[in-house]
Amino acid sequence: MAPGSEEITLKSNSRIHRVRRFFGPSMALAPFFIFVFLGLGIPTIAVVYKAFQGEHGGFTFSNVHDITQGVYRLGFENSFKLALLSSVIPGVLGVFLAYAILTAKSNVLRRVVLAASGVFANFGGINLTFMFIAALGTTGTLTVWLNAIKLNPWHYGFNLYTFSGVVFVYMYFQIPLMVLVITPALGGLKQSWREAAENLGASSWRYWFHVGVPVLLPSVLGGMLLLFGSAFAAYATAESLTTGIIALSPIQIGNFINGNVISGQTNAGYAIAFGMLVILSVTMIAYGLVRKRASRWLL
Amino acid sequence: MAALGGVEGAGTLASLSEKSPALEEFSSGRAKKRRHFRWWRLIVMVLAGIYFLGPLYAGIKFSLEDIQGGFSLRAIESIPSSPGFSAAFALSMRITIVTVVVSALLMIPTAIYVHLRVPRMRRVLDFVTVLPIVIPPIVLIVGVLDASPLWVKSSPYLLSFMYVILAMPFVYRSLDAGLGAVDLKTLTEASRSLGGNWIKTLWRVVLPNLRPALMSALVLTLALALGEFTMASLDLWTTIPVWIYQFQNASNGHVQIAAAMVGLVGAIVLVTIIVSLDRSRSGRRKMSTK
Repeated sequence: MAPGSEEITLKSNSRIHRVRRFFGPSMALAPFFIFVFLGLGIPTIAVVYKAFQGEHGGFTFSNVHDITQGVYRLGFENSFKLALLSSVIPGVLGVFLAYAILTAKSNVLRRVVLAASGVFANFGGINLTFMFIAALGTTGTLTVWLNAIKLNPWHYGFNLYTFSGVVFVYMYFQIPLMVLVITPALGGLKQSWREAAENLGASSWRYWFHVGVPVLLPSVLGGMLLLFGSAFAAYATAESLTTGIIALSPIQIGNFINGNVISGQTNAGYAIAFGMLVILSVTMIAYGLVRKRASRWLL
Repeated sequence: MAALGGVEGAGTLASLSEKSPALEEFSSGRAKKRRHFRWWRLIVMVLAGIYFLGPLYAGIKFSLEDIQGGFSLRAIESIPSSPGFSAAFALSMRITIVTVVVSALLMIPTAIYVHLRVPRMRRVLDFVTVLPIVIPPIVLIVGVLDASPLWVKSSPYLLSFMYVILAMPFVYRSLDAGLGAVDLKTLTEASRSLGGNWIKTLWRVVLPNLRPALMSALVLTLALALGEFTMASLDLWTTIPVWIYQFQNASNGHVQIAAAMVGLVGAIVLVTIIVSLDRSRSGRRKMSTK
């Protein structure tokens, strides 16, 4: 043995010591991180791995290629359209609702609507579907009433069980979500800015054009990104409402798990899941960036 | 109950993390502008009222009707005796209890430990616990079913395991906010210097101070575990939501709607409890700063 070996072990010992001192206190968090790795890490790795694995093993791009055309491409396009409609429309309506309650004289009204938003934003899923079937199904209570005054929505191209219905039902949890997200930002608009604008001779319209809208825009955009992610990933409501017949990416993943696969594309389901993961990651990164921008003037 | 899982539950996250102190002071513009504004506000409020309360009213009315359209409690009363309900109910209860216990055992010590001993890890945990919102249940379940060995897949408690993950964003945020509101370091040091051991300190000092946070975490976990559909249906377990979805009753179509509405009204009650707990907590905090 060389005489230097003792020195080497000493040095590495002290390094172990330093490492232990740094990570030692964190060791108590090991159960948590193991749990997260098993429940979140491994499934995600499995999805990404399988998305690039061929039918008979081996690395391939063919799965990812498969989902960019045909019915899977349609699924992504529909999901994107659905998410876009269910983020922009409820986003705008949510801003108006939030502004309406913030400028209301009644404190009680404001409290009630904000509390109700907290409740309704968590709706969604099976029960929401059946509530809307009772209300706006072909023989639903509201449909019957509207029919009596010759305004039956089913006669005007509305169908609860297809795309238009899904957009309409999603608004039920998307609008309250927007109200929750945007209310702090609206509350952060300072009265003094408005007074300053008015003292400089600005009309209400000019105040909104030059001050209000530019200040609020990042927050509104951030809220809409959150709604986009929420609508893009939702499965339960869409599946139960349409019984899985419309082509949306989450529903296609569900069909894939249930064993309905196109022959020769046995791993396409993983590729769809991977695609959704990419789109949602981009959405959430954008949300983080926009929020940072929003915090410059508000909060 | 509501599908709190995945991004559909982002509302809870928003309601827990975004609190505005400036809200109360907000007032409308000049007095003479007010009259001008009142009209559009009225229209917005009426439309929102119709959209949100109309379907709710219709659903409740529908579940309180018999086939002829008269008032009746038959539909609600016949839920418990419907075929398959008791099995689904028992399964949901088992899964929910395991979820709550595992979630408490995992998340409470972790959150307390991070606050007391390794605050530098808080940023890491903030990031990790928000991941289940970015990775939705529908994507997660594909990977879970692929990666799990058969003996894991054949157990209903795989769902409990995954529900602990899905509930993490809400549970951690709620605990984090609760821990931030009390002076944990002083409390534990006082307890230790008075001779309390760690278990006593945790049980008699820390946990009682966290009661509102624990309550809201519990209610959120309950609502999630009882209402989750995506993972349960794709893992082929007939929990209550899956049972409602598959339920067919040729003689009385009102039963299915009634079951869904009981779940929905139950969720409203549960979440209203959280909201009021949140309010009493913030009210107390305001009082203590005065």
